[in-house]
Amino acid sequence: MTGKGVGHGAGARVARAVRAPAAAWSWWAAVRALPRPPSSEVGGADGAGAGPAEAMFVARSIAADHKDLIHDVSFDFHGRRMATCSSDQSVKVWDKSENGDWHCTASWKTHSGSVWRVTWAHPEFGQVLASCSFDRTAAVWEEIVGESNDKLRGQSHWVKRTTLVDSRTSVTDVKFAPKHMGLMLATCSADGIVRIYEAPDVMNLSQWSLQHEISCKLSCSCISWNPSSSRAHSPMIAVGSDDSSPNAMAKVQIFEYNENTRKYAKAETLMTVTDPVHDIAFAPNLGRSFHILAIATKDVRIFTLKPVRKELTSSGGPTKFEIHIVAQFDNHNSQVWRVSWNITGTVLASSGDDGCVRLWKESTAEYQLTGVTLLFCCLLHAHRNGKRAPFPLPQRRLTSPKIHQQPAYY
Amino acid sequence: MEELDGEPTVTLIPGVNSKKKQMCFDWGPGEMLVCETSFNKKEKSETVPGCPFIYIIRKDIDVYSQILRKLFNESHGIFVGLQRIEEELTGKSRKAQLPCFLSLQDAPCSCCMSFHFCRLVRVSKNYRSVIRACMEEMHQAAIAAKDPASGRQFSSQVSILSAMELIWNLCEILFIEVAPAGPLLLHLLDWVRLHVCEVDSLLADVLGSENPSKHESFWNLVTILVLQGRLDEARQMLSKEADVSPTSAGMCRILGDLMRTMPVLSPGNTQTLTELELKWQHWHEECERHLQDGTFASSPHLESLCKIMLGDEAALLEQKELLNNWYHFLVTRLLYSHPTVKPIDLHFYAQSSLDLFLGGESSPEPLDNILMAAFEFDIHQVIKECSIALSNWWFVAHLTDLLDHCKLLQSHNLYFGSNMREFLLLEYASGLFAHHRPSCLSSDCCSLWQLGVDYFDYCPELGRVSLELHIERIPLSTEQKALKVLRICEQRQMTEQVRSICKILAMKAVRNNRLGSALSWSIRAKDAAFATLVSDRFLRDYCERGCFSDLDLIDNLGPAMMLSDRLTFLGKYREFHRFYGEKRFFDAASLLLSLMTSQIAPRCFWVTLLTDALPLLEQKQVIFTTEQTYELMRCLEDLASGRPVRGEPGAQRLQEDIENTKLEMLRLALARNLARAIIKEGSLEGS
Repeated sequence: MTGKGVGHGAGARVARAVRAPAAAWSWWAAVRALPRPPSSEVGGADGAGAGPAEAMFVARSIAADHKDLIHDVSFDFHGRRMATCSSDQSVKVWDKSENGDWHCTASWKTHSGSVWRVTWAHPEFGQVLASCSFDRTAAVWEEIVGESNDKLRGQSHWVKRTTLVDSRTSVTDVKFAPKHMGLMLATCSADGIVRIYEAPDVMNLSQWSLQHEISCKLSCSCISWNPSSSRAHSPMIAVGSDDSSPNAMAKVQIFEYNENTRKYAKAETLMTVTDPVHDIAFAPNLGRSFHILAIATKDVRIFTLKPVRKELTSSGGPTKFEIHIVAQFDNHNSQVWRVSWNITGTVLASSGDDGCVRLWKESTAEYQLTGVTLLFCCLLHAHRNGKRAPFPLPQRRLTSPKIHQQPAYY
Repeated sequence: MEELDGEPTVTLIPGVNSKKKQMCFDWGPGEMLVCETSFNKKEKSETVPGCPFIYIIRKDIDVYSQILRKLFNESHGIFVGLQRIEEELTGKSRKAQLPCFLSLQDAPCSCCMSFHFCRLVRVSKNYRSVIRACMEEMHQAAIAAKDPASGRQFSSQVSILSAMELIWNLCEILFIEVAPAGPLLLHLLDWVRLHVCEVDSLLADVLGSENPSKHESFWNLVTILVLQGRLDEARQMLSKEADVSPTSAGMCRILGDLMRTMPVLSPGNTQTLTELELKWQHWHEECERHLQDGTFASSPHLESLCKIMLGDEAALLEQKELLNNWYHFLVTRLLYSHPTVKPIDLHFYAQSSLDLFLGGESSPEPLDNILMAAFEFDIHQVIKECSIALSNWWFVAHLTDLLDHCKLLQSHNLYFGSNMREFLLLEYASGLFAHHRPSCLSSDCCSLWQLGVDYFDYCPELGRVSLELHIERIPLSTEQKALKVLRICEQRQMTEQVRSICKILAMKAVRNNRLGSALSWSIRAKDAAFATLVSDRFLRDYCERGCFSDLDLIDNLGPAMMLSDRLTFLGKYREFHRFYGEKRFFDAASLLLSLMTSQIAPRCFWVTLLTDALPLLEQKQVIFTTEQTYELMRCLEDLASGRPVRGEPGAQRLQEDIENTKLEMLRLALARNLARAIIKEGSLEGS
């Protein structure tokens, strides 16, 4: 919601915007765990609890049937399938049926340790999943279109195409590169190394070659590819660290691919982020010249990275960026564990120790040239206060046939 | 952290254990996945029976309402028509197809003689009539609802829609029609009459009774008619009273005369405001005199009516029940005390009416604040309050767009200019895109996303990128739907999205072994590498089975054949088979040879090609000339010499033997053909 200052004259608004640009992002909505009533075993009755007056609502609940904690849930590109992974070492795939029900169509043991993350490749590459685990490996899975009787039972069959065994420690994150780069994926691990793999033949997923190893010198917890497909932007990857050793300093590093050396080189370090980082996410680019990066640490932070014009920097070296923090929220009270953008990058969701998933929304799509200040304009949120009806029921009562007794111009 | 206008909405997830208090989630195109987890215990997982549920969270619940869908569908047409007016004005599109209700043939209205202005007012009225139609349907649904819960839900929707219409109507009067002093009050009276409509049913009720003047609501009815300024009807009612009660007949006649003689501005009249004010003042004094003289002293009802007509605040406030709300009070008060109120003074009367009416007993509700902001001509505040109060973006997006077309947002000096319009339209369109049911093909019931496309189209700054991001997420569950999405992309030259969608479909087809479909999608995607891959599959299938599938497609490749060498080869090779089948042996022979000599045929396929030459070599007539035979022999020896000679055991050995036998047969056939060709050519030359 917007600041209280809004609406008392443009001058006041501007002044506030200059003083607190970060506030152009604001708490928009939250999804919170409901305290379990002591009497009932498990709640979760379908759709119960969230009435139609809520801006967001629980449309469905699905019994996951994992034997242990679920660590990650992941929608596919079209939102028609989802994958879950768990400490029970398995991955499950769910498909949405015609009538909107979700059915588990595959469940299989993927690793010999907790599975931290599961992620879908772009459907241009078929039905492909990657998972990473405490067992020090990452794996790539492909769905086989079965001619067997599996299909009759509504089950699909996933085969392991490759196991990526280069890490000597737990693999903490795995992410497919943007599709314009081909079929590539990056992993990061507790030993502080980011590895980038490529499948040169998209029809043969059993061959993956390790293209790059980037040493971050800090135990890595999360990675994010810059999704921009603009020619003006080189491939870029941001890495976060949850290293808690006292001498570990800046926790977010940004690496950029250099066409000349054909290597990834460090472009920037976010010096201000010194607390453990749990998740990191570049926003969809929308044709901007600069990049937006969200970070989950002890709070939610949003940075802009604006490339400094090439001719101003030494040629050939990595791009330099003007980095600005544009928002910082501590509403989660403690650690923030996940951040993620919606598909147009207009809403950021974050999840933290307070048991909430909070949604943050920028007030306007207009950024100033430098990306330093988010122009603070009227905040518009189609969300009403949950406590009361949006409008009081008008005292007038409609008498139905009379509605159209009105001037003839209708 | 800035203060907030209000607490953000909190959606509670039933059944999630709040002690663990952590959730993992993921965004989908229209939904969000949420699931309980624990992030802290990364190293060692203790076997806890974790929350066994995954939740699908959605927003924009209104999108899922059947009746509101009609609102979205119908307002879409009005929206597009409005944008075309603009295009027509700026000359962007000369032959914009305007919906009939906006066509230029319409006569301009008499008051302003401006086409554009009148059309904007008409657009506004069209929007309102869509709201009203929807409201009526919702009202019927509420009556017909079987269970009380859904009945309540419908009723609350009715009240929201009716509030929307109320606000829109007021905005129309104040911002779009910009009625000047005089007509302004007439518009406001219409506004109140339209929205406090139960008087009509009361009227019918009373008139329908045996003895109207003895009806228990008779005086209430007369009062309401006077409050709404419907003085002619009030007079008729009074005459009914006069008929049956001789004692009050005289008083009724006097009051009726006062009602008749009240000066009002009529649209066709040419009198000036000053003239009206003078007449009105005179009339007012006459009413005052009657009251002072105690003309109506013996009838409290009539006296109270007279006080109302004098604009007496206390008398008006006594009728709170009948007035219903403060804005009715405001309009009645203006009618009887300031009939020529200027727009600029409205907010002053509005504020005092609100204060008087609520009398400190209750505080203003969101609706009151919105109306008050409108009376203050603060468009910005109206839009902001509406955004906060309403559950969907429909209202603010369309209203803001219309006001922007009226050039009101710039003149109101909102420093983000018309960006607010785009911001709201983007939000609304994104909401529409969340709605698609894959299995359904009917265009009106469940594919609101298609409406969203047009809204994105009319957002100059971020509309296109947003559409690109949204449209590629539409599930391509059926071919028809895919074609629909592709057409939308192609119309907008979204080449990358077209490529990606075709590629996805090609990949899906290959995985399901539907090679024909895979080939046509990869041709459409102009994906040479993938076309090569699919062509190889076709050739492999041919080698295995000896026939081609999807002949229609391959026979009609046309220029698409040039996409990749392998595809060209596939097309040409199939052409060879056709020639052969049609017994055009000479054409077949030269095509076959050219496939090898031009290097289009992949090396691994040469054996097959040479084997295909065998039946031609064995024909009774000589088909390959000496020249061609030499070429074939060269190809054969090229192939043979290129083969590694390795004596390997087992199956491979056997395979090699078969290949060698094939080669020997070919050599023999070629030699024989050469001999025949030499003789034939020699004898021809000799003759």
